[in-house]
Amino acid sequence: MNQRPFLSLSRRQVVRGLLASTAFGVARLAAGCSSSGDTADDAAKDAASTGGDDLVVGFIYVGPKDDYGYNQSHAIGAAAMAKIPGIKIVEEANVPETNAVQETMRSMIELDGAKILFPTSFGYFDPHILQLAEEFPEVQFFHCGSVYDEKVHPSNVGSYFGYIDEAQYIAGIVAGETTKTDKLGFIAAKPIPQVLRNINSFTLGARSVNPKATVQVIFTGDWSLPVKESEATNSMADQSIDVVTCHVDSPKVIMETAEKRGIYCSGYHTDQAPLAPKGYLTGAEWDWSSVYTQYAKDLLGGKTLMDGGIPHLLRGGFSDRFCTLSAYGPAVSEKVQADANAVKEKLIANEMAIYQGEIKDNTGKVQIPSDKKYDQKAIELEQMDWLVDGVDGKVAG
Amino acid sequence: MAEALGWLGVPLGIIAGTLRGSAPFLFVSLGECLTEKSGKINLGLEGTLLMGAMSAYGISYLTGSPWLGVLSAGVAGLLFGFIHGFLSQQPRVNDVAVGIAMIIFGSGLAFFLGKPFIQPSAPQLPTLDLGAWSQSPPVQAALQISPLFLIGVAIAPVMQWFFRSTRWGLLIRAVGDSPDAARAMGVSIYKVRLLSIMAGSFLSGIGGASLSLYYPGSWSERISSGQGLMAVALVIFAKWRPMQCLYASLLFGGAQAIGPALQSVGIDSYYYLFNASPYILTLLIMIITCSPKRTLTGVPGALGRTNESRL
Repeated sequence: MNQRPFLSLSRRQVVRGLLASTAFGVARLAAGCSSSGDTADDAAKDAASTGGDDLVVGFIYVGPKDDYGYNQSHAIGAAAMAKIPGIKIVEEANVPETNAVQETMRSMIELDGAKILFPTSFGYFDPHILQLAEEFPEVQFFHCGSVYDEKVHPSNVGSYFGYIDEAQYIAGIVAGETTKTDKLGFIAAKPIPQVLRNINSFTLGARSVNPKATVQVIFTGDWSLPVKESEATNSMADQSIDVVTCHVDSPKVIMETAEKRGIYCSGYHTDQAPLAPKGYLTGAEWDWSSVYTQYAKDLLGGKTLMDGGIPHLLRGGFSDRFCTLSAYGPAVSEKVQADANAVKEKLIANEMAIYQGEIKDNTGKVQIPSDKKYDQKAIELEQMDWLVDGVDGKVAG
Repeated sequence: MAEALGWLGVPLGIIAGTLRGSAPFLFVSLGECLTEKSGKINLGLEGTLLMGAMSAYGISYLTGSPWLGVLSAGVAGLLFGFIHGFLSQQPRVNDVAVGIAMIIFGSGLAFFLGKPFIQPSAPQLPTLDLGAWSQSPPVQAALQISPLFLIGVAIAPVMQWFFRSTRWGLLIRAVGDSPDAARAMGVSIYKVRLLSIMAGSFLSGIGGASLSLYYPGSWSERISSGQGLMAVALVIFAKWRPMQCLYASLLFGGAQAIGPALQSVGIDSYYYLFNASPYILTLLIMIITCSPKRTLTGVPGALGRTNESRL
């Protein structure tokens, strides 16, 4: 046996370690005191004096700004906002959904003098934004994807989100008419309501024009897993699926793999046409530029969340320009384009609802009875936990 | 369009996944095998892998030559190996701690330098189309093999032979197993270890190039998703034998494809479990091959020991 203990510490090392950790703790305590509480108001005043005349708006992203995905869609919107005179943008990318985002928000408020913050990732909201909103009541926080509840949430927090499933419905129509094998694929990260709604709308769109079409779902299990996503695209191509679309953070790998395998693809978040010049059909894109431009106009006009000038809960689809469709690719025929555009016009004019009964789920159970219709704002749609008839897949892993 | 493969798609998918996805595991585990044979651990290969992936993609994009990208990935690996080899051999420095620091340093540097390369598409490595005989597009696609993978497969037996039958291989083994004996032979332990670590890092850098220039074929910060660390663990699993590193890498590469392949034929329950199959497999094999009567065989004797004073 080995005589030497695995972890041997001399007394001197123990004393040194204790001293170091105590000193560290004291330093943390001091830092914690100085940066919280009464300094909030001072910081806001400082910010007003140093920030000049421009309104400083902070944008925070969870990943890189040019990932062809969710973050890029917001960065494009931020760039559009920055063009408006009187607005100055500060940005930080790659901020994890941990206390790190609180530090980022704090330094944007205290050092850059930001009065408006757009922390864009879903996980920033609770508890990080909520805590900072209590601490800095002067600063307005706009968050994407959360549901504002005036009973619980501070009045300087607003939430916005788009009904991008309208664009997925149109993309489904394009896919359903273009497919030659009647088999479509959907690569999804996790079975949460937003994702399921996109899958269902895509499927409903495809089956509205091609009742034989089926949609195979593969859940990868997380938002960004390039190897799994690529593997999923390849297995779909092996199963003669000839259109793939997705709901993951960065669709780049999926689009490139689909193009390599010679099948069609339909984008998500942003325009991915340059990645798949031959096979790109269309895509469901966010239109944050229009949303952020509108916010900027309201804010410059002196409206705030606190006085009710800006609604706390902002939602919209095609008609409110929250989402848009990528330009059709070369594989989409004129007839298909005309069909898709006709339905798009109907959605914009609010003449039709995607979720119009009777709709069954893929276990045969009626989810929406025939006399019922959910318009986009219906809360039932935000709590969706089923997959529509025609989808091969299961919600419970 | 071809007929649907149905159930045949599952084995095909796993084979194709093995051929596509095992190269990074293979290069990193062979590199780590070489490093550990000399008596040092390099946990930092995860950082080296990311650095290799980033520099390969960046150079391929800037120069238009993917092979130049592969070379620069190797050079980036060499530099990282030099830093690790130098630092981890200082007196009273722990190589595991340096390795963890190198993971953070390597990934941070790769993310920082890689920012401009996330969006552009770089030229990819050419593939060898061994599936031209088949009429079926899935088979053709499965047999588009990366030359890097073939090089990796060739390195494994060569390294086995190198350790067993060459003077240099013997020196590395001597330094790793019994540094005192090696020193008595007049061998510089410092130099042998430094060179072994650098060569191992060179291989890991190439593994990174396979990630970004072949499969999945793009640079993003999540590209490795821990493959470098898993490959380091594979070396223990493979008991420090290069040929077994090859088999273990193939196993892990193929296991990545199990979850998606099963879901694509409609087995959609338990996908989290199937995605975890490589780890379950590892546990099973470890349990089956372990023995209460002896400790792990094949461990280089000096692995994990503190640094001796340099001569």
